[in-house]
Amino acid sequence: MNDPVVAKRPARPGDTGAERGVAAAPHASEAPIPPTPEAPVTTKAPHVRPGDRIFRGLATGSGVFIVVLIGAIGLFLILQAIPSLGLDNVNFLTSREWNTTDPTNLRFGILDLTLVTVVVALVALLIAMPIALGIALFLTQYAPRNLARPFAYVIDLLAAVPSIVFGLWGLFVLGPVLFPLSEWLIGNLGWIPIFAKGNVNVQLGGTIFTAGIVVAVMILPIITAVSREVFERTPTMHVEGAIALGATKWEVVRTTVLPFGKAGYVSASMLGLGRALGETIAVAIILSTATASFGWSLFDGGSTFASKIALAAPEFNDARSAGAYIAAGLVLFVLTFVVNAIARSIVAGHKEYE
Amino acid sequence: MAKRLDIKDLNLFYGKFHAVENVSLAVPPKNVTAFIGPSGCGKSTVLRSLNRMHEVAPGARVEGKVLLDGEDIYTSTVDPVEVRRTIGMVFQRPNPFPTMSIRDNVVAGLRLSGVKDKKKLDEVAERSLRGANLWNEVKDRLDKPGGGLSGGQQQRLCIARAIAVQPDVLLMDEPCSALDPISTLAIEDLITELKKEYTIVIVTHNMQQAARVSDQTAFFNLLGVGQPGQLIEVDDTEKIFSNPSQKATEDYISGRFG
Repeated sequence: MNDPVVAKRPARPGDTGAERGVAAAPHASEAPIPPTPEAPVTTKAPHVRPGDRIFRGLATGSGVFIVVLIGAIGLFLILQAIPSLGLDNVNFLTSREWNTTDPTNLRFGILDLTLVTVVVALVALLIAMPIALGIALFLTQYAPRNLARPFAYVIDLLAAVPSIVFGLWGLFVLGPVLFPLSEWLIGNLGWIPIFAKGNVNVQLGGTIFTAGIVVAVMILPIITAVSREVFERTPTMHVEGAIALGATKWEVVRTTVLPFGKAGYVSASMLGLGRALGETIAVAIILSTATASFGWSLFDGGSTFASKIALAAPEFNDARSAGAYIAAGLVLFVLTFVVNAIARSIVAGHKEYE
Repeated sequence: MAKRLDIKDLNLFYGKFHAVENVSLAVPPKNVTAFIGPSGCGKSTVLRSLNRMHEVAPGARVEGKVLLDGEDIYTSTVDPVEVRRTIGMVFQRPNPFPTMSIRDNVVAGLRLSGVKDKKKLDEVAERSLRGANLWNEVKDRLDKPGGGLSGGQQQRLCIARAIAVQPDVLLMDEPCSALDPISTLAIEDLITELKKEYTIVIVTHNMQQAARVSDQTAFFNLLGVGQPGQLIEVDDTEKIFSNPSQKATEDYISGRFG
């Protein structure tokens, strides 16, 4: 009667102590039987239930799958890019020239693409980070509860707006609105390189300035949403500890919420930066084609990696030209990877709050 | 400066739920008052209303008066932040700020009230840590994070943090329930020391602890599920544990509860 029960035990480690004690009692009261019947059970290999095995397989499979997928994408990019890189007649990393219309004389360098991509993303990040922080703090700390939820939905809704809509808005609405401001900045602060007169017609608004603001709006929801989740999880005991010391609302935020949420906020921003680097269609619509190379001004035009590639679709029928764009894509891939790695290391550096 | 607390006709609510009904009791200065009673009887809620922490919970409401040396802490002109700076609190689970060093934890309250002088802060840190019987254990690692200490040390760090601002009253919400017996003993000894200077109110589930550390004991009880908690009786600790005037108290302390 006891044996089948006991045989099942090892698979449930949490229960063994108490239940085995109960099961063993009748033995003891009847006669001092040596524990031989149980001995084989302990030496047998631990019994794994099919459910456990299947679930473990699925979970491991998913983990392996994503690693293989990323590896495959990287490998694909490298293999496609190498032949064209060999045909490049200018230095790929340091040239500002991009001419792939003649596959027999490929001249492509990524310097301008890299700079424009990074500058657009940084402008977006610089605008979005403080605003997202403010919204997240407002939603978690200051907003009345019945307002916080609908407000959060509205922010999330912003993420649901297709990027083509943001692009059109940037080109037709925001660009013209920004013109007076842009003109004023160029006129009065033009001696600072970033506000210098750029290489495109500022009246059309197709500048890095416009694109940066539009991308900022686009990455705002992701930074806000992640930061909000993190701030919401500030341990109550620490918040109460601060309140009990006589901290005001802002002091509670400063002593508990911000230190607790810092790592999450930074990684949320890096997520946003990753999206900003890869943002394609909105940027492609907004940025005017530049006649001269990038000169470190916010009122320059040009192309980012993604917008350049998107607008080059007609050239993809020749493998050599396509390879040039794939090489550019590879650099974007690596750039995003590096950004994520930096974000990880920042987060890992703030482990004390756990 | 130790002050007295007088609670008058206190009624506490969480939204529509009436949590505590008609509590009146006096807490003399330089004295330890223990709140005992079954779970859910409202003793922690009463404690939290004494430094206006109760109202931090959404929908929480207070009716009645709490007088600190005769002045009602619930009049509309009183800033709850100021109340909390003069009535310190120690929680059930030690909660030092994990990103702050031991020293910064101790002086966090002073920093909040605007003290910047480093020499003064260092002095207060040492005095408070000595006061909390922790100085000898941490004096060589004041710059290390407070989270690295043991549970009992963390709780004494929290007590040091609470007494650093020299509060008028010190509230303790089951300060030993997350600690092992040796750390508990250390805290109990500390409470006995602290009452020379501070007025202390302690909530405890441990009746031996109430008997050991307190001068006066208040017994709270619940008439039934969903009913508000009530103060059954309050008296000298010796009397409560030897010859209580209410039967409910006697049943509870002798383990015949329910």
